[in-house]
Amino acid sequence: MSKERIGVYICHCGTNIASMVDVENVAVWAKENLADDGVVVARDYKFMCSSLGQELIQDDIKEKGLTRVVVAACSPHLHEQTFRAACAKAGLNPFLCEMVSVREQVSWVHTDKAMATQKAKAMITGGVERVALHEPLEPLHVPINEATLVVGAGIAGIQAAIEIADSGFPVYLVEREPSIGGHMAQFDKTFPTLDCSACILTPKMVTAGSHPNIHLLSYSEVERVDGYVGNFTVTIRKKARYVNEDVCTGCGICIEKCPMKVIDDVFEAGLGYRKAVYRPFPQAVPKYPVIDTENCIYFQRGKCQACQIFCPTQPNSIDFEQEDELLQVDVGNIILATGYDLFDARRIPQYGYGRLANVFTSLEFERMCNASGPTNGAVRLRDGVTEPEAVAVIHCVGSRDKNYNNYCSVICCMQSLKFAHLVKERAGPNTEVYNFYIDMRTAFKDYDEFYQKVLAEGVHFVRGRVAEVTDAARLPGEEGKLIIQAEDTLIGKQRRVPVDMVILSAGLEPRHDSVEVGHQFGISCSVNGFFTEKHPKLDPVATMTEGIFIAGCAQGPKDIPASVVQGAAASARVLGRIQQKELALEPVRASVIEEKCSGCRICNTMCPFNAILFHEDQMVTEINPALCQGCGSCVAACPSGAITGTQFSDQQVLAQLEGLLMLSVNGGRVLEPEMA
Amino acid sequence: MSDKGKPKLAMYWASGCGGCEIAVLNIQENILVVDEVFDIAFFPCIADFKVKDVKGYPDGYIDLCLFNGAIRNSENEEMAQLLRQKSKVMVAFGSCAYEGCIPGLSNLTSKEATLHTVYLDNPTIDNPEGILPQPFYDAPEGTLEIPVFYHTIKSLDQVVDVDYTIPGCPPEPHQIWTVLQAVVAALLEGADLPPAGSIIGAGNVAVCQECTLKKDVKKIERFYRPYEVIPDREVCLLEQGLMCMGPATLSGCGALCPIVGMGCRGCYGPLDGVEDQGAKMLTAIASILGVGKPGEDEAEIERQLDAVMDTIVDPAGTFYRFSMAHSLLRRAKVNGR
Repeated sequence: MSKERIGVYICHCGTNIASMVDVENVAVWAKENLADDGVVVARDYKFMCSSLGQELIQDDIKEKGLTRVVVAACSPHLHEQTFRAACAKAGLNPFLCEMVSVREQVSWVHTDKAMATQKAKAMITGGVERVALHEPLEPLHVPINEATLVVGAGIAGIQAAIEIADSGFPVYLVEREPSIGGHMAQFDKTFPTLDCSACILTPKMVTAGSHPNIHLLSYSEVERVDGYVGNFTVTIRKKARYVNEDVCTGCGICIEKCPMKVIDDVFEAGLGYRKAVYRPFPQAVPKYPVIDTENCIYFQRGKCQACQIFCPTQPNSIDFEQEDELLQVDVGNIILATGYDLFDARRIPQYGYGRLANVFTSLEFERMCNASGPTNGAVRLRDGVTEPEAVAVIHCVGSRDKNYNNYCSVICCMQSLKFAHLVKERAGPNTEVYNFYIDMRTAFKDYDEFYQKVLAEGVHFVRGRVAEVTDAARLPGEEGKLIIQAEDTLIGKQRRVPVDMVILSAGLEPRHDSVEVGHQFGISCSVNGFFTEKHPKLDPVATMTEGIFIAGCAQGPKDIPASVVQGAAASARVLGRIQQKELALEPVRASVIEEKCSGCRICNTMCPFNAILFHEDQMVTEINPALCQGCGSCVAACPSGAITGTQFSDQQVLAQLEGLLMLSVNGGRVLEPEMA
Repeated sequence: MSDKGKPKLAMYWASGCGGCEIAVLNIQENILVVDEVFDIAFFPCIADFKVKDVKGYPDGYIDLCLFNGAIRNSENEEMAQLLRQKSKVMVAFGSCAYEGCIPGLSNLTSKEATLHTVYLDNPTIDNPEGILPQPFYDAPEGTLEIPVFYHTIKSLDQVVDVDYTIPGCPPEPHQIWTVLQAVVAALLEGADLPPAGSIIGAGNVAVCQECTLKKDVKKIERFYRPYEVIPDREVCLLEQGLMCMGPATLSGCGALCPIVGMGCRGCYGPLDGVEDQGAKMLTAIASILGVGKPGEDEAEIERQLDAVMDTIVDPAGTFYRFSMAHSLLRRAKVNGR
């Protein structure tokens, strides 16, 4: 006979549950059959989550003196908080409430009502056995440092940083490259409005660079993250620029005088040149140049020093002795907006990128169209002078392709339409443009209108994946051309289209180091390698690690408006936290029973949240309760039973299993497992 | 205390190998102290008593009964019940009585298969008529009876109430002596006994704590059998891919095996509060397999996992070598039974 007084509540969920489970029968059965296990009241109700449903529970707690509550309804993901709160309102510790998922795990997945009802009874029995072993828990309260770290200063990171800074809280904005701006700074026009990318981005860059609440750390990388939500300590490596930012005026004379020209692989995508001391682009923020030591004559051969000789500042801004600096900052929350890498088109050899001169990547074409780019905005073949007469744009390069990435990169259709338009605009309306696409995805505001507009401009659309781009002419008229071999699925025929120039609309990929970065911050990546959000629909910018948020393409491919929205959303989440000043963490945590830990270290690598600490001197492991997210990996891993998870102790889980198994399929209760 | 003033000691040997008796004698000259302190009431291995003698004792006559061996047949069970009735303190002595031990591994197969191996299919067997043990045999002199061989091996606590458990295969002599001293102190000087139901003669952490090998974080890419590698004598054996049950096994033995380069076999059983030693070790091993990278194809990761697990020869016999009969599963289903 249980010493607890347990109330069992079965929800109809309209007809969601009631149509497949005989809920009235379950309630009557539970009251009769589970009385020995402590059940003193069992009810069914149309919508347990409604105020009236919750009041039923609250009244019973008060009037019948319930000490435990079991709610058989939907998944705890949806309404656990609701019912916990209802219990708390009636004075019962919220963690003495257990949910049994008879919707997701029973009614939605079965077709035989009698059997489903039986299963619901078994699961409720398990819940009753388990809840008796629940312990009252108190949430952990942690104070929140009001500073925020934003990693990555592309458009998403910049937006997030400005929003937080405008609200009056300090932000550390860390950017790996010498200038902030990210990929958006490389684009010429943005779809579908065709406004100048730089014109709309640079004001935001300037704001981020000069905002009194934003501490900009460009040319810097996060080395290490310690601590937990509210109290992170982040170590940042500020790489040596060899330019003293305190005195440099950004006049650019050093760049002008530098005799060493190198191909700019990063900003100009290999299409243009820069100096060994350089600023990635004219509007760079911060304005200070950086010396590329691998190509600097002084660093390589000990001679030259032209930049230092011509630097007009007093004292001289060029500092060849400068070293990397390690900074430590304390922050309460972190937003990761680390962006994407472009799919490397060389991985699809049949498209000829890197082998056929006039095959360009989307980023190269962006730079080509840019007024400050290598051709000053003119569309030219690789020789830099010839204007193409026919251009092919290939969609889905590296995307929607099981050989490379299965997912849709989202932006390529619109980007390809933009390219088609730009070719017509820059090389003249008589230039033939062929877009090879699989499906046309132009789903957002004003996007399809843009598609209609490009259609009206006379661009040809061929529906089919391109098999090959070749310079091997077979037919008359193909000599000296690049030939696109593709199936036109709308007419059901193979086509060969000779063109002068091919633009590969390469897809977006996770950053090459996203797994390592994720590990550093204690968050995981999805199968595709993008950071995993807490909930794909309802919590897209939070992660499973408290205090770590994600925004922009680091979370998945998206366009500029969506990145801006996510940056702002992440900042709103962070601001909400900061305003609370204190955070209540769910107390479902793992802890080590020190006396039982033998120091075998099996659990040491298990924690995805870096909450496990090993004390070498005492040979025992400790778990930081604020970092722990209660996932249970270490609890399962510990072979000594020295790690327990609150709310998930072996005893609780075994009691639940016993409850489940006590009910045989035929309906009778089996008290002792049969021994052969 | 009994009429003669000396407490009475019994030790019985059910389904076991006899190693437990040897271990008791291995307390060396201290056995003389045992003889001095106790009257032996029943100890078939070293003294000539009959079952009828035990039946003649009043209930609770025996002060301390060390019961070793598992419950394999009806005789084992009857003796367990008889000795329980006649003893004040019943101790499950050694791994067989505690958790089934090696005999318990026969719970992975059927009674028929076990008898087949023992009586019919074995190079040293000469049984042309294929005779198997019969519980009853009508001889001219009357009906002969032998114990019934059970389908499932049971531990002692699955058939009678047990006051204490001394783990080990066999228990280490210094631990046996410590327990005997404590019992003597309780019987003669009125000292407190440990709380009923406890495991005595053992530590309370895992073997790793007693093991002197250096432990680091673990990532196992394959397992080796002992003959395949010469282990580094300084480094944790698990880290070298040698199966060692130490992390899942109760301390008390002094980590004798791992210290000399042979992985712990797990004979001291699980730690207090652990329901299933084999399952615990299996999840621990699964947690430290060094395969799969984020983003890697799931089927590929599964293939790699299988490949590593395939390097564990006889997983059931490895993880449940001693604890099968006392585990959550207790036995495997054979032919649907």
